[in-house]
Amino acid sequence: MLKLTWTALRILIVFTLLTGLLYPLAVTGLAQVAFPTQANGSVVNVAGKPAGSSLIGQGFTADKYLWSRPSATAPFAYNAAASTGSNLGPSNPALADAVKARVATLRKADPTNLAPVPTDLVTTSGSGLDPAISSAAAAFQLHRIAGARHIPAADVEHAITGCTQTPLLGIIGPAHVNVLCVNLALDGKRVQP
Amino acid sequence: MTSAILECAVFLLLVIGLAWPLGAYMARVYTGQSKWADRIFGPIERLIYKVCGVQAGAQMNWKQYAGAVLVFNLLGLIVVHVLQRVQLWLPLNPAGLGNVPPEVSWNTAVSFASNTNWQAYGGETTLSHLTQMLALTTQNFVSAATGMAVLVALIRGLTGRLTTDLGNFWVDLTRTTLHILLPLSFILALLLVSQGVVQTFLASVTVPLLEPTTGADGKSIVEQVIALGPAASQVAIKQLGTNGGGFFNVNSAHPFENPNAFANLLEVVSIILIPAALCFTFGRMVGAQKQGVALLVAMLLIFVPLLALTVASENQANPALTALGVDGTMGNWEGKELRFGPTSSAIWAVTTTAASNGSVNAMHDSFMPLGGLGPMWLMQLGEIIFGGTGSGLYGMLVYAFIAVFVAGLMVGRTPEYLGKKIEAFEMKMASLVILLPSAAVLIGTAIACSIPAGTGPLGNPGAHGFSEILYAFSSGSNNNGSAFGGLTVNGMFYTTAIGICMLIGRYWVIVPVLALAGSLAKKKTVPPGAGTLPTHTPLFIALVAGTIILVGALTFIPALALGPIVEHLALR
Repeated sequence: MLKLTWTALRILIVFTLLTGLLYPLAVTGLAQVAFPTQANGSVVNVAGKPAGSSLIGQGFTADKYLWSRPSATAPFAYNAAASTGSNLGPSNPALADAVKARVATLRKADPTNLAPVPTDLVTTSGSGLDPAISSAAAAFQLHRIAGARHIPAADVEHAITGCTQTPLLGIIGPAHVNVLCVNLALDGKRVQP
Repeated sequence: MTSAILECAVFLLLVIGLAWPLGAYMARVYTGQSKWADRIFGPIERLIYKVCGVQAGAQMNWKQYAGAVLVFNLLGLIVVHVLQRVQLWLPLNPAGLGNVPPEVSWNTAVSFASNTNWQAYGGETTLSHLTQMLALTTQNFVSAATGMAVLVALIRGLTGRLTTDLGNFWVDLTRTTLHILLPLSFILALLLVSQGVVQTFLASVTVPLLEPTTGADGKSIVEQVIALGPAASQVAIKQLGTNGGGFFNVNSAHPFENPNAFANLLEVVSIILIPAALCFTFGRMVGAQKQGVALLVAMLLIFVPLLALTVASENQANPALTALGVDGTMGNWEGKELRFGPTSSAIWAVTTTAASNGSVNAMHDSFMPLGGLGPMWLMQLGEIIFGGTGSGLYGMLVYAFIAVFVAGLMVGRTPEYLGKKIEAFEMKMASLVILLPSAAVLIGTAIACSIPAGTGPLGNPGAHGFSEILYAFSSGSNNNGSAFGGLTVNGMFYTTAIGICMLIGRYWVIVPVLALAGSLAKKKTVPPGAGTLPTHTPLFIALVAGTIILVGALTFIPALALGPIVEHLALR
């Protein structure tokens, strides 16, 4: 029994060093050399300064910006230090109440738009940090943004198209629009890789 | 709908296409015939044996094998527990996270040693980088390797003749980790980093917000602090080893764990790759590939319909929201990410619960009622439809024994599987394997429903609240680890109860399986006769799948009726 435990302990120590230390260190070393931008959070720069991450969403409430999806993170939306989803079940009245309030906010900001509200624009994402919205949700906001900025709708559309990701192989995942990318473009900020 | 079907087809073809060569390679690893890999890893392997005092040629009987498994896992459990309890005083804790409370830390230790990876902890807000690496990543490797080693011991039991030898646990553990898990994880981790999964020792990066916001205290917030860490190395093995414990709180829904549709496809294929490949490994090791293919087909017979059910459910709009003026054509989006959408989220949910992985790329708690039923039932079937690395197939083999036994009863002949007589002792062990986890699910759920400590932490009212409890005990008792996350599980009751269930689901299955292996190895192999039931035919495949569905339905349909089915009928 003692011999068995001693062998087990040595095996555990060896594998802790090999898989718990050497392996992550080797991956980190190679990742930092080969893919430094991705390995450090895909931060995008404007005029040499960080201006957000292309993978992490930010919240927007001004009429002139494209709005992100609602976020369930606390204590404020899009808190990227503590990811979380709402975990509300489909039949939970709290979900219906929250969605009702979000629909009302969208209608108030753009009273002439009577189209059905795109589902993703009134539901929270799994991470609370979703950087994207659906093409339908972007199109839904197009005229509000153009109106608030006093620019032609085509300019907004151009910004949206430039930040749209099409489905993988044409079938996998819906087409979606990176919100921060659109808003930086609308503000005329040139993003450097 | 067409693109959903095409996506499912692409996924399944990728899995089977990659599983075939990997299965062949693993068979060579376990039979000592992987020549080129031996040339690369052989020197390290021999060094490990030397340092650890392992005699590679020494054979173990089933009791010695089980003893080694249990002692090694117990030590791992203790190390994970202690590391969490002292992480504040150790290096690589850039965010200065405190020591983990004992009840959460015990739960997490059991969770990772048992290959469950149930998350009572909050990832980026609870565990230091050192804890994530030394404790969790290590267990991700060795708990997966433990499952595969036990499977290989069972296969040796089936192929051995009049012997007590089942191989050597230390050798099986070392070769699994060194020849299979480490190289695959290394490649996958780098592929994931190239797509945007983070891998750094910085705690966080701070960026300005384009539009400042206001916090709960009324203060203006102008910056976003984004948590970082060595995630890719852990994510790679958490998928390949059917572990599933996330680096971040929301697991693979986090953009830094799963940044785009391509990374998602890589990860979801990795979840099920080794469990699928082991079917081919099994076929090669018993000298009849059709035997492995038969088990794979039986798994697919159950997997594909449940995949279809979940994909279809999630592509339905929630009628409660459509009534409020929300688009009725886009499917169910609460708790889902734009990068994946309803179809990729549903494929992931079914895959992660079929394999005992438990990582999530969308919040299962917010799935439509029937979308949540598929994943829940897949766990309750015992994590054998692909299942955990090794543990899935040894569970499936137990069902194959039961199927030949049932068939034997019908025609009045002593049942055989691969020439081994299945007798009273084998059936007793098989019954234990099936009954204990099922009992843990139902008894645990019943207790939780009847005490305030069980119902207090619910995140949703009504039938859905019951589903949260049922899901939690199904997940823990079958070593899956995914959750209906609305249930708060870091309190004393759930950390203790789920912890006990995880121990039952893992070790009270491993010991009977090894006893089975020992008993089978001692028997002689009888040549097939005219009355032998062939175990690779469509008839047998249907018999195995039917046995699984019958046992799973009889045990769990009443409970499922109270949760997802009631909710489905009410949500019209």
